Order: sequence, then structure tokens, then C-alpha cells
Amino acid sequence: MTPGTETLNPIERSSHGRFGDHTFRWVVAAAGLTVLAILALMIGSTTLDAIPVFASQGILNFLTGTTWDPGVSRTEITGTYQAGVFLFGTLVTSLLAIVLALPLSIAIALFLSDVASPRLARPLAYLVELLAAIPSVIYGLWGLHFFAPTVLKPIAKFLSDTLGFIPLFEGPVVAFNPFYAGVVLAIMILPIITAIVHEIFRAAPLAERQAAYGLGATRWEVMWKIVVPRSRPGIIGATMLGLGRALGETIAIALLIGGGTTINLSLFQQSESIAAKIVNTFQESAPEASNALIALGVTLFAITIVINMAARLIVRQLGDVSGEAIA
Amino acid sequence: MIAEVSLRATGARARRRAIVNAVMHVVLGLAVLAALIPLFLIIAVTIAEGLPAMTIEFLTSTFNFSRRVQGGGYLHGLIGTLYMGGLATLMAVPIGIASALFLTEFPKSRLAGPIRFFADVMTGVPSVFVGLFVYSLLVRQIGFGTFVGALSLAIIMLPIIVRSAEEILRTVPGDLKRGSYALGARQWQPVFRVTLPSAASGLTTGVMLAVARALGETAPLVLTALAAQTIVLDFQGQGQTALPLLIFREARGAFAAGQERAWAGALELMALVLLLSILARVIATRRASQ
Repeated sequence: MTPGTETLNPIERSSHGRFGDHTFRWVVAAAGLTVLAILALMIGSTTLDAIPVFASQGILNFLTGTTWDPGVSRTEITGTYQAGVFLFGTLVTSLLAIVLALPLSIAIALFLSDVASPRLARPLAYLVELLAAIPSVIYGLWGLHFFAPTVLKPIAKFLSDTLGFIPLFEGPVVAFNPFYAGVVLAIMILPIITAIVHEIFRAAPLAERQAAYGLGATRWEVMWKIVVPRSRPGIIGATMLGLGRALGETIAIALLIGGGTTINLSLFQQSESIAAKIVNTFQESAPEASNALIALGVTLFAITIVINMAARLIVRQLGDVSGEAIA
Repeated sequence: MIAEVSLRATGARARRRAIVNAVMHVVLGLAVLAALIPLFLIIAVTIAEGLPAMTIEFLTSTFNFSRRVQGGGYLHGLIGTLYMGGLATLMAVPIGIASALFLTEFPKSRLAGPIRFFADVMTGVPSVFVGLFVYSLLVRQIGFGTFVGALSLAIIMLPIIVRSAEEILRTVPGDLKRGSYALGARQWQPVFRVTLPSAASGLTTGVMLAVARALGETAPLVLTALAAQTIVLDFQGQGQTALPLLIFREARGAFAAGQERAWAGALELMALVLLLSILARVIATRRASQ
């Protein structure tokens, strides 16, 4: 043992960290398990609160009925709770948002991947992404006090005047309606769908594009006949992720949709979505009615989780297209 | 645009293809404009409506009087937002980065796949449902307050941090770690001396984006923080407020004074959130160029 060997032999020296590996492994595994535990607890705790509501109403009645008449009991279920109106409102606003946002997203993604030079595409893509950073409540405020009255109202009036014979566009146009909510929702999910579709378009092999150009195709033909068709599964996955986001969006819709209590086919009549119903009536709810709102939440969760898992599986099969763009 | 069509084809069909090509280029360009116009309108209108109401009084006072009266401000909301945002960050960042380390250091573990997949799934859980969950699990027992509000924000941040941190940690060159092992280091030692320090700026970017997302959340706070009329510093048990909550409440009110405050609050919140997002982006680009 000459002085200094101890410090010169790092392998021996590091033995003082021998328990470190166990501790490290244990700590990071526990953190990872926390993620799973939270999700499990999330499902368990809410479902437990929702079961009495589902049991007293019957699942089918709960989903399809159109009466929501909250009771005031602390311990039992005395009111009538049926989610049909809110389910309908949620689906209408989300579908409207998808119908508007999807073609626009594909067009923007094509522009960014195949038309714009990288020097132009990068800042443009970032600006579109910035739309996703704006808080939902600001979309709501802006939609309610600016966008709906100045831009959307004339469009809604025009549609109901010219196409009013179609139930979807039947007038009169009221101040809060699913049309306003759906259009604002479309703007909110646009950056999400665009970001994923853009990544998928960029991943389309250059060789296929060059081969098509070599055969004399125009740039549009390359985009429409090569890039888009081969990206179809990715576009479907991105659409489903956008749909999942649209279904769960709350505050902007709560401010715009109007709190209707009946199913109305017209886009211009008041309606209500599941998420909006929860935040709009939560504070005046008795315990049994809160449980009914939790049951609404569980329903919404079940729908979004199925759509999300399916979308993730589709997108994941395409390789490493995830992360920041989706979060 | 005509030049893009084969030189040999000059018939009517070729001309038509060239025209379609040109028209579709214009359509795609218009689509980009259609996305940028709302972005511009939101920022411009919020500034135009919010700036006149954004006074020193607005930034430094609360209002605990009637909503129809002019004046007062959202100081209690700003404090609540920063208080709950800070607590949520303290809860979500260690767990999130530790989970990401688990995914990158033990990729062969049977748990890695499920954790990654369900973290992805969790990013898609509606934020209002997260609020309902915290309400059903905790609020019924311990009441509304700062902590439960922060917890719901932390749950929203967690999966975002896990996924972004994992991607960043994976880009740390393996050679750096193998160098440490060659010197006799144990597995955990280079994690703290090599991996985390060299990934620091990327991790910061991910965390900032998650914080920006959490600060703008309203729905989960409606169900957990509830509301407050004045500055609340209690950790738990006393209703708390936040900028988005105050904006939400006054946006739908019928009083012009309240709506003015809502616009000023929206400007304050937007500045906070966009500043964080843009700063995160700047850090990320600087890192990429190094």
C-alpha cells in the first residue's frame, strides 16, 4: 500500500458509490411508476364517485337521455342525470372543428414541407405552433368579445339566410352557439394537427418525389399524388389526436356555446358540451350533482382515451413522430 | 410555373396541368395566411383592448368590491398563478426528469414501454378531467386551496416533461458516459456529472414549455382552487385564485368595467405565457447551433 494508490485506482475508489446504483435505480423506477399510478388513481377515484350515478340512471339512459335535472341530496341520487344533450353538443363542435381544421392543416403542412424554402418554412411553422401556446381562456375572451360578433356573426347570418332550409343552418342566429365554439375550436386544434402532419410529410422519401418529378409531374401532382397518399395513416392519426384535444377543450367552449338544454340540429342555436357543462355548473352543485358531473367527466375521459390510444398506436407505427409537436 | 411541366408536352392537357399547379400553389399559400390571421388578430386585439386598462393600479392592487365598479386589479390572480405554478413545477420537475432517466437508463425494463405509452396517453387527458380527479380524490377531504390547484397543474405538466426530457436525454452522446464508465464510474455517477449537466439547457426548454402550458390552464383550477377575492398565501384550505380564473369569470360578466379588467388580465397572462414559450424556443435554438 503505497500512499496514493487509493486515489489512483478509480475502480476501487468508486466502490463507495456501490449503494448508489441501487438507490438510483429504485428512485427513478419509483418516479416512473408514479406516472402509471396517477393514471390508475385517476380512473379509480372518479369511477368510484360516478358508479352510483350510472347505477341509478342506467348507463344507456345516462348516455342517450336528454333530461338533466340535478337534485340537492348529500348522500343519495335523487335527480335525473342524462348526458345526451351534452354528448351531442360535444360531438357537433368537435366535428365542426375537425372539418374546418383538417383541410387547412394539410394545406399548411404541404406548403411548409414542399413549397416554402427551409428558411421561410421554419419561422412559419413556429408561428403556426405559437397558436397552440395561447391559453384557452384568451381564445374564449377573444372569441366572445371580438371574433364572434365582428367576423363570425355576419357569416352565420349569411349562411342562415341562404341555406336556412337545411336544418343545420336554420336561423335565427343567437348570441352564443356551437358554430362560434366550433370555429374557435378549429383555430385551437389547427397547430396540433399541422405540426404532426408536417412531420409526416417531411418524412416522405425524397427519392419518390424525385422519381415523380423525373416523370414530368408538376409540384402539385407530386404533393397530391405522392406525398399525401403515402401519408394517409399519419393524417388519420393526427386527425384523431386533434379530435381528442377538441373533445376535451373546455373554457373557450364554455364561453361561446351558450348553455343550451335541448338537442338542436341547428349550428346557430344554443348548445352545451360535456366539458362546458362541468365548469359551468360545478360551483352551484350539491354533492349528488357533483357526482353526476364526475360521471360526465368519466364519459368524456373514456371517449378521449380510446381515441388517443388508437391515435398513438397509429402514429407510433410510423416511427418516431411524437414529443413536442403533440404535447 | 409552366417550366415545371415537361418541355415536350405543349398541348391543352399540359397547359391545364400547369394552371392547376399554379392555382393550388396560391391555395396553399392562402391556407398559411388563414392560420396566421387569427394569430395576428388574437395578439393585436388583446394588446389593443388590454393596454389601455393595464395601469399601475391594475398590476398592483386587487378588487374585493363589486364587479361593476371600475378600477382595482388582478394582483391576487398574478400571485395565485405564480404560487400554484411554482408549487406545480416543484412537484412535476423532479418526478418528470427522474421518470425520463428511468426510460433512458433502463430502456430494457419491462416497465419502460408502458410508462412511455401511458405518459403519451396522459398528455391527451382533458384538463377538466384532471380537475375532477383531484376534486374527487382530495378536495372532498381537505377542501379547496393552493395545494390542490397546484397538484392538478402538476399532473398536467408531468407527462409533457417526461416525454420532452426523454427525448433530450437520449441526445446526450453515449461516448461521454462510456468515458466515465471507463474511468470506473458506477451507473449513477455520470448521470449527475455528465448526462444531466450536458442536457441542462434542453431540459430547461421542456420544463418552460410545460410551465407555460400550466399557467394558462383554467378548467382544472375551477374545480380545485375555486376562487378568492383577495391575496391568499395559505398553503391549503382557503380558496385560491389565478389570472385565468379571474379572466374567465369577468369575461362573461355583463359589466364593462369587468370586461376591461379581463382584457388587461388576458394581456398580462399572454405576455407571461408567450414570453416563456419564446424564451424556451430561443434556448433550444441556441443549443442546436452549438
